[in-house]
Formats: sequence, C-alpha cells, structure tokens
Amino acid sequence: MSEAVIDRENGAVAAAQGRSLAGRAVAAVVSRLVILVPYLWLLFFFLAPFVIVFKISLSQTAIAMPPYDPVLSLADGVSGLLEQLRQLSIDNYVWLTEDALYFNAYVSSVVIAAISTFLTLLVGYPIAYGMARAPASLRPMLLMLVILPFWTSFLIRVYAWIGILKPEGLLNQFLMALNIIDEPLIILNTHTAIFIGIVYSYLPFMILPLYSSLEKMDYSLIEAAKDLGCTPNGAFWKITFPLSLPGVIAGCMLVFIPAVGEFVIPDLLGGSQTLMIGKTLWNEFFANRDWPVSSAVAVILLLILIVPIMIFQSAQARAQEQER
Amino acid sequence: MIHKALWLSAASAALAAALTVSAQAQERVVNIYNWSDYIDESIITDFTKETGIKVVYDVFDSNEILETKLLAGGSGYDIVVPTHNFLVRQIEAGVYQKLDKSKLPNLSNMWDVVNDRVAKFDPDNAYSVNWMWGTVGIGYNVDKVKAALGIDKVDSWEVFYKPENLAKLAGCGVYVLDSPSDIIPTTLNYLGLNPESTSTEDFAKVEETLLALRPHIRKFHSSEYINALANGDICLAVGWSGDVFQARDRAAEADQGVVVDYVIPKEGAEMWFDQMAIPADAKNVDEAHEFLNYIMKPEVAAKATNYVYFANGNKASQEFIEKEIIEDPAIYPDEATAQKLFTVSPYDPKTQRVVTRTWTKIVTGQ
Repeated sequence: MSEAVIDRENGAVAAAQGRSLAGRAVAAVVSRLVILVPYLWLLFFFLAPFVIVFKISLSQTAIAMPPYDPVLSLADGVSGLLEQLRQLSIDNYVWLTEDALYFNAYVSSVVIAAISTFLTLLVGYPIAYGMARAPASLRPMLLMLVILPFWTSFLIRVYAWIGILKPEGLLNQFLMALNIIDEPLIILNTHTAIFIGIVYSYLPFMILPLYSSLEKMDYSLIEAAKDLGCTPNGAFWKITFPLSLPGVIAGCMLVFIPAVGEFVIPDLLGGSQTLMIGKTLWNEFFANRDWPVSSAVAVILLLILIVPIMIFQSAQARAQEQER
Repeated sequence: MIHKALWLSAASAALAAALTVSAQAQERVVNIYNWSDYIDESIITDFTKETGIKVVYDVFDSNEILETKLLAGGSGYDIVVPTHNFLVRQIEAGVYQKLDKSKLPNLSNMWDVVNDRVAKFDPDNAYSVNWMWGTVGIGYNVDKVKAALGIDKVDSWEVFYKPENLAKLAGCGVYVLDSPSDIIPTTLNYLGLNPESTSTEDFAKVEETLLALRPHIRKFHSSEYINALANGDICLAVGWSGDVFQARDRAAEADQGVVVDYVIPKEGAEMWFDQMAIPADAKNVDEAHEFLNYIMKPEVAAKATNYVYFANGNKASQEFIEKEIIEDPAIYPDEATAQKLFTVSPYDPKTQRVVTRTWTKIVTGQ
C-alpha cells in the first residue's frame, strides 16, 4: 500500500471520529438540557416564590396595596432600589422569638404531624403488604381502590367526617345501637378527630410508596429465611421491613411534610384549642393583615421541613451506595 | 329576521378587525364578587334583560379572603361587597374609587338612618352603597334551650355570659364566632364598658370573662354554626343574624323538628353593614354604576330582602317587603332596640395585634 492510501484511510477515520465527536457533543448538550428542566422548574416554582416570600418577611406592614413596605421597584433607578433594600430588616424574625406562641405552635404542629405519620404507617403498612402479596391479576384493581377517594373533593371528604364523628353522628349511633357505649363519645373537635382526619386523608400517600417497594421484593428471600429456621415474625423484621425501608421513608415524608402545615383538617375536625402553625399563619395573614410576619412564619416552617427532607436525601444516598 | 339578515351581510362585508371591535363594544359586562347565598338570582337575570349587561357573578365566604384579593391588586372585579369595618381600612389603603353620584339617581331611595351609621366608616357615603345590614346576636335551638334552662325565649346576653347558665348549655353544644372584632366589642358592651374601648385593662376584663366561659364553649368558628344549628347539633351560637336566619330556614325545610330562633339581646348588639363598592382598578365602571343604581330601585331591594331575610338600607323598599320580615324585630329592630345597637371602628394595626393575641389566648388557652 502506498503512503497516500494510508493517509487517505487515516483521513477517513479522522473524519469519522470528528463526526462522532460532534454527535457526542450534541448528545451531551441535549442531556444537559434535559437535566436543566427540573432545575428550571425548581427555579421558577420554588426558588423564585421563596425569594419573594423571604423579601416580604423582611418588610414592614403598611396600610396600602400591597400591604407592606418597601415594595421593590426600579422606578427611582438603581439608587432608589438600594435605598429600598436598606429598609429591609429582620425585625419580624426577632418578633417570632419574643412570643412563646410561635414556638408552641411549631412544636405542637410537629408533634401532631409525627403522631399522625406513625399512625398512618401502622395502618398503611398491612394494607400495602396485603396488596403486594395479592394475586398479580388483582393488584391493578386494588391500586385503583386506593386512589379512588381522590375522585371526590378533599374538602367534602373531610366534611363527611363531621357527620360520622359528631355526638349524634353515625359512629356514635352505631356503637350505641350495639350497646357498646351508653353515652356518645366526644370525638369531634378533639385531637383524636385530627388524627383520624390526617390518617384517612393521607393514607394513599403512605400506601403507594410502600406498595411499590414491597412489590419489588424477592419473596424467595423469605422462603430461604424460613428454610434456615427463621420464624415468620423474625423474617419480617430481618428481611421484609429493612428492604421496604425506602418506601417507609418516602411514605412518612409524604405524610409528615404536608401534615405539619395542615390547616383544613384541624380547622374542621379539631377543636379551637388546637394550636397549629397553619392556623397561626392564617391569623397573621388574614386577621392581623400582617403579610411580613406571616411570611417570616412560613420561612421558618420551610426551614423546619428541610431538615427531615435532608435526612431523607442522605438515607436514600446511603441506600444507593449499599446497592452498589 | 330582515334586520338580522341585513346585519349579517353587513357584518360579513366588514373587516375582521372592525368586527372584533364592534363585538367588544356590544358585549357589556359587570363582574360582581359577593357573599355566597346572598342574592335572589332573578335580580341578576332581570338586570341583564333590562340593560343588556352580562353579569359575571362570583362568591366568597369571608371578608379576609376578599381583602387579600383586593390588597394584592388586579382582582378583576367591578363590584365587591365588604363589611363596613373592612371597607374603612380598604378605603384607606386606596382600594376603591369614589362613586359618581350623578349616575346613581336612586340614591334618593336610601335610608338616612343607615347612611348616617355607615358615614362613620365611609364619610359622606362617598365610596359605597348599602346592600344589607344586620346584627351580632344569639341564635338558639328553642326546644333544647328550654329543656336546659327552663325558659321559652332568650332575651338577654346573660344566657351566654353567666357561666352557670352556659354550663347547663355546654352539654348540648355552644358555638361562638371566631371573630375577635365582633366578640370583644360585644363582651365589652355586656360588661357595661365602651364597646370601642382599646385599653389594655378592658381587654384584660374581656379575657377574664371569656376564659370563665371557655370550658363550656365547644368551638369558635365563623360558619360551621349554620349547619350545626340547623341540624340540631348545638343549642346556642353567638353569630351573625343572617346566618342564623339561614339556619332557621334550613331547619324548617328539613322538617326534623328543629326550631331555630334569633334574638337581639336587650343589652344591645353590634351592627354590621355589607357595602357595595367599586375597586379603583375596575374596568367596567359605567356598568358597575348601572348595577348599583338598579339594585337601589325599591322593588329590587325589597325582592333581595324578601329572599335573604336581611334588612336593607333602602327606605323606599320597605313598603314592598313582606310583612313577616318588616315586622320581625330581630330583622328590623324597633325603636327601643335600635337605640341599643352600636358600631365599632376598626382597630389600628398595633391594637389589632393585641386583639388577635388576646383572642388566641382565649381560644387556645395559650
């Protein structure tokens, strides 16, 4: 072969390599763009609103439209904007520490949410387990049944519980007809009613992630455990439960996080004595017309919720590590 | 038919742009935001028939929601119906535009008694027209209260404010408005103090009085008591007159033997006024004025009252109002009762904070 031929061949190879390099570059850009989408989503629907709320939390109330001051604008040029920025202060956060009300409301919300989450897990786990062990042909229908309540408005379903739980309600009538109780139980307007409401409303959010992690599980592991002399109880705690842990964590997060800020269920089912941060926020925003303080309450609430989310994240990262 | 055909051919010959403009010019709209269940629907259809103005009617169920929309700006409504104590603050914040009274000849039908009371909140009635007004009193289940207290009729705030009385009612259930700006002045009035007082000492007395009652109160809530009264779940509620009348009607319709009644106690009660006003950024200002003028017609105002069982601020309408309403002292109080009715100016932000904080303490015990 002459050198010229070799050169030509090399040239062709180089050209081919060039093309595939360009193709790879395009693919890389596309995949970056795809990754960009969730970031843009977070930017527009999480970060931007958060920055606005945070800015309002540093303002002061005013009788105006909108009811706080300063309102940032470029009407007076950059120096005007800087002057407005200088008016921002952390007074509202200081205010939150001066009255025990806010601290108590946060604590009480977290406690109520934690208890409800635990109860939801207790109720949801057996259901999810039963679904995962059901014949494969039945599972889509069972899944459908779990999602079915969403077809009815959340508000109406919570309202329906008033009819069930009230002193002359269905539950009390039923129990009295069976002679189990002589006097109606007072459930409505108590903490118990809030727990019932939250467990009922958030149960699907617990069941679905639990089901998906339990369904993936390889049941020959349990057979192996039994062959090796493990009791059914032991097999559950040593194998099934640890393997379903990602589902447990995801389900608990999905229930706990919205339950902390829950407003509707405590308002309708709970008594007036229930102090929750959602109601405190409502009072600040609507009754006091104090958008800045209510924004500060919301920012702190977000910080409280970020802690469990980060625990969740690190737990997931660890789980992935283990899988490798 | 011929007209239509002519118009059609003319329209088809016209330019598309011109068509859109003419369509826009012909479509006259007014966007109204009022309380839920607060109007005889036929008033709206009649108005459209008479004027050709289409009504987009939307409803809310709390002043706070309305206020938040208005303060955020760009609500898109042409007429809104805040209560007087919210109205005054919103006027101050620049939410509304002054009414063009030259477009409202029917203002002459309005009742000077109501206008004078409202003028405390809306000087010269420059921004608003009264829609309905009422009181904060006691709604009760006649049979259950009789069984518990042995009285045929509630006529005094003592039934609520004396702990020994309320203790007897606690078993069958007592609800109170979750509204400090109504209950605190009402309590001050019962204690013989100035209902408009903003002194810390007076608030402390209110707190003491209500904390003594707190164990006997099942719930503080501003709307649940309508259903609770109507269903016979509770025996007494401190609430807004119109809501209690709604409960009374629902109970009568259900025909389950529940009889609800409303009373303005003899010690006096707070008055409230729901006022129609036009937001400053309203787009259909002329149409809004036409609607306001329409509802001030005596027959129309009477029709509205005959439907919702509220008193209105229209003097000329009174001859068209049904007898059972105009002669009901719980709706149109007699002279002696009217003397005892009071209004309360809104609190400044600092006092509001104290009021809300006091209220949270009363309601939650924290």
